[in-house]
Parts: sequence; structure tokens; C-alpha cells
Amino acid sequence: MSDSEKKKPNRRDFIVTATTAAGAVGVGAVVWPLVDQMNPDASVKALASTEVDISAVEPGQSITVLWRGKPVFIKRRTKEEIDSARAVDLSELKHPEKDEDRAKNPEWLVMLGVCTHLGCVPLTDKGDYGAWFCPCHGSHYDTSGRIRKGPAPTNMEVPKYEFVNSNTIKIG
Amino acid sequence: MSDHEYTPKSKVGKWFNDRLPLLTLANHLTDYPTPKNLNYWWTFGGILTFCLITQIITGIVLGMHYVAHADLAFQSVEHIMRDVNYGWLIRYVHANGASMFFLAVYIHIFRSLYYGSYKSPREVIWIIGMLIYFLMMATAFMGYVLPWGQMSFWGATVITNLFSAIPLVGESITNWLWGGYSVDNPTLTRFFSLHYLFPFLILGLVVLHIWALHVPGNNNPIGIDIKKPSKDTVPFHPYIVIKDAFALLIFLLIFAFFVFFSPNILGHADNYIEANPLVTPAHIVPEWYLLPFYAILRSVPDKLLGVIAMFAAIFVLVILPWLDTSKVRSTVFRPIYKQFYWFLVADVLILGYVGAMPAEGLYLLIARVATAYYFAHFLIILPFLGMKEKTTPLPLSITEPVLGGSADMAMARNNSDFKEKL
Repeated sequence: MSDSEKKKPNRRDFIVTATTAAGAVGVGAVVWPLVDQMNPDASVKALASTEVDISAVEPGQSITVLWRGKPVFIKRRTKEEIDSARAVDLSELKHPEKDEDRAKNPEWLVMLGVCTHLGCVPLTDKGDYGAWFCPCHGSHYDTSGRIRKGPAPTNMEVPKYEFVNSNTIKIG
Repeated sequence: MSDHEYTPKSKVGKWFNDRLPLLTLANHLTDYPTPKNLNYWWTFGGILTFCLITQIITGIVLGMHYVAHADLAFQSVEHIMRDVNYGWLIRYVHANGASMFFLAVYIHIFRSLYYGSYKSPREVIWIIGMLIYFLMMATAFMGYVLPWGQMSFWGATVITNLFSAIPLVGESITNWLWGGYSVDNPTLTRFFSLHYLFPFLILGLVVLHIWALHVPGNNNPIGIDIKKPSKDTVPFHPYIVIKDAFALLIFLLIFAFFVFFSPNILGHADNYIEANPLVTPAHIVPEWYLLPFYAILRSVPDKLLGVIAMFAAIFVLVILPWLDTSKVRSTVFRPIYKQFYWFLVADVLILGYVGAMPAEGLYLLIARVATAYYFAHFLIILPFLGMKEKTTPLPLSITEPVLGGSADMAMARNNSDFKEKL
């Protein structure tokens, strides 16, 4: 384009640009509250942690508690289950994670009881690996809650938790 | 839009019509020239309008008694069933009405596929129709969540988790949809709000759908362009009105059979158990009308690709007018396509069947083959067939096959203009 064809910006162009920009900011400021109101609210976030008494759980048993509306599996694993989880070669895994990293205290496995495929609750002590099996679309998990077979993309999630004392776990 | 000027007879009518031409619209709708060979497959547009109105009326009434809260929803539905006067009837009409609505819409869609109603110049009618279909599925899904039974809860969990397949932002999106970290009360209340809104969006789209239809006019069983108005057309009223009304009566017999004799046959017994976030039912299945898409979702072993395949199965229908390259609309004159059409019908029925079965062994294998064939039909067979297929000669007009053999027609057939059209 030659210089003569280039239009010099005049005062009207400035007003149009400034109005459009201010309008865009205004629309954004109106739309965002309408979108954000759907996000988890303060009362939902306030229920972010829960304490669980685990004194009654025997080796090989598993309990399910509700945390943030989702089930959490707390499994007291037997020696064989721990050994089988630790013996797995990481290269066999779809989502490689060491059992040592998933269960800090090897006897206790704490994880969200939510299949990472589409969110069903897997059944305990079922499936090809004698651990968890999701009935919805057929995902098999091992004794460390790692995905071994089926459509789920990742291992069952380990939430943030800590042992308050030897009988109590705080999740969240 | 109107082919002729219309003036109301009365003075008041004229005064009003000059200010708001509603009478002109009414006149257009009554006189609207319709192909005279429309068969009963063309009556489903009227039936669908009836279904939509029924769902809206029964839905508004149910909304007067239903309580959208996770602790109260299940009981309020039982309250409707047991305590509210005729509540059982209104709820059964609404619940079975959804199934009847989908039954009619599937027939309507497959009629369009058979007679090529989606082809030029009716692409926009078709696309609006697909938007309506998509909104219907969303509305039905959210409605099914409201009773807050086990299938409601776990169906909602599975479907909303589809969005968690989106890379990076998947989790934020599902939390946003849920208003929490799982399906819970905030999810229920927003689904109720949207379930109430969507039918009115559908109603608006139906108006556009009919408006777009009235621009080129109806397609017809032999799929040729006709002159309007002419010997080939009849006015909408009373000819089509009475035919639609008769078909609607037959449809209502089937509707009433379900409502009064087997109101729960299309539902799942699990939904009479209140939602429990700790226990997933052994076998989660969506409502029958979503089963083919569910089968496609499950037939792909990868989570993200499964979700993409499911949405692609709907999207491929939207672009259908450009995938089918054949200039001939009606399947009547497409001997090879006719066979593939019935293969597709069988394929969708098979997908529906395996969608209801567990995703393992032979069922999974069948689902995979059927999914592959579904996409092959639209993406490979239709584009190539349209270019290769030798179609049979089209009649010149709707009346021609009736008067076939007359000397005039033979002359017309030899006309070079006509040959070019073929």
C-alpha cells in the first residue's frame, strides 16, 4: 500500500476503538460472574477435609468414606497384596507409578474410589488383579489402585492425606 | 413467502392485519401448497410438534410439585406418584412422552435420509433439525437426572465425566459443570433450571425449522422439484391437516399403550432406588434412545478418542448434505443406495442393541465393527456412491407416473433439456 492509500487515523477512529475496547471489558465483567457462579461455592469448598477413624480395620479389609461427595477407599493391605504391588515392573504399567509413592505407609492404601474413566465406583476384591474392577466399562486395577486393563487412562487418584495419629487419617 | 396477496374480508381483520399481519400468516399456513403424493412418513413433523407441546405442558405441571434438592427430589417424585391428584398420569405421560418424542424423531430423521430431504435446497432445515435433535438429547439427559435415583445419579456422573477427557482443562470443566467435586445438589439444581429452559429453545428452533421449510416447500417421495401451486400440489388445509390428525391418532394409541399398560418398561428399575454416591449400579445403561451413541463411546478403548467418536457420530450427520454427492434425492431412484440405506438402519439398530449389553467379548467386537461401518457409510460410501451410482430415470412431475405411457410424456422424455437434468 502506498502512503496516499493509507488512511490516517482520525478522532473518530480513536472513539470507535476506545468504545469497542471499553465495551469488550464491560461484557467480560458481566459475563464472568454469570460463568463463575457455577464453580464450586464457598460452602462446598468448606467441606474440604475429613477425619477418619481406622482403628477397627483389620488387615485385608477396606472401608469407604465420603470426602467432597466422592468415595475414598481406605484399604489395609495384607503382606501378599503389598508384595504383589511392589513386584510389578513399571514398564508393564499404562500409568507408571511406584507403589512406594502411592502408599507412604505400605499397609495403608488411601485413594479416591473413582474410576478415572467416567467416574463410577469400582468394586473391591474383583477383577483380573484381585483388587478393583469397574463394572461400568470394564477397567481392572491392581492392589496399588493402578490401571492395568480397560479404558481408564490413569491410576486411581491418591488424595492429600496424613496420619493424625496411628488410628486416625485426615483426608484433604 | 406468500405466493399471492391476501386481504382479510372483514374491516376489523383488515385494520388488524395492516398493523400485524397475523392473518396473512394464517392464510399462508392454510393455503400452503403441499405435494399431493406425501405419504404417512411425512406426518411425523406434526406428531413431533404435538410431542413437544405435551412435554412442555406436563413438564410445567410437574414443576409445580417437584422439589429440586438432593435430599428431597426423590421423595417429591414419589409424592407426585402417590399423593398429587393424577400425578401418576402426568408423570407417566412426561416420562413416556420423552421416549415417544425420540421414537418420532428417529422416524422423522430416517424419512429424511430415505427421501433425501436434507439435500439442496433444504440443508438449513436439516441443520436446524440436527440442532433440535442435539438439544433434545441434552434435555432428556438432564430430565432423567431430576428424580435423583441411582440411574439418574450415575448416568449424570458418567456423562459429565465425558468432559474430563478434554486435555488440560477437563477437570476444571467437570468441577464447573458439577458446582463441586462430584455430582451433587448444585448439579441437580442447575440441571432443573436448564431442563426447564431447553424445551423453549427447541420451540424457537422448531419455528425456524418450519420457516426454513416453507421457503422451498416440502420435499416429496419421488424427490423432484415441483411447481407450486400446480396440479402436483394440494393446499395444506384440509388435506394435510386431516392426514396428520389421523396419523397422530394412531400414534396416540401407541403412546397410551405405554402410559397405561407398561409405563415403566422403557425405564430402569434401579432408578426407583435413591441416589447413593458410594455404590455404582452393576450395569449402567442410558435410556434406549441414546444407546447407539453409548455403544460408539464404549467401542473405542481410549477415553478421549471414545468421546470424540461419540460426538463425531452426531456431527457427521450435520455435514451430511455435503457428504452425499448424489443429485438425485429420493432413494426410489437409487437402487444401490437403497441397499446401503437399509444396511445403515440395521447398523444403528445393532449399535443400539450392543449399547444395552455389557462392553465385553463378542458384544464389544460387534460394537466395533458396527461403529466402523457407521462412519464408513457417511464418510466413504455416500461420497463415492453419489458419483458412481447409475440412477433410474426420474419422472417429470408427480402426475406423470400416473399418466405414464401417454404420447405427451414420451415426447417430454425425449426432450434434450430433460435428459441433461438426469
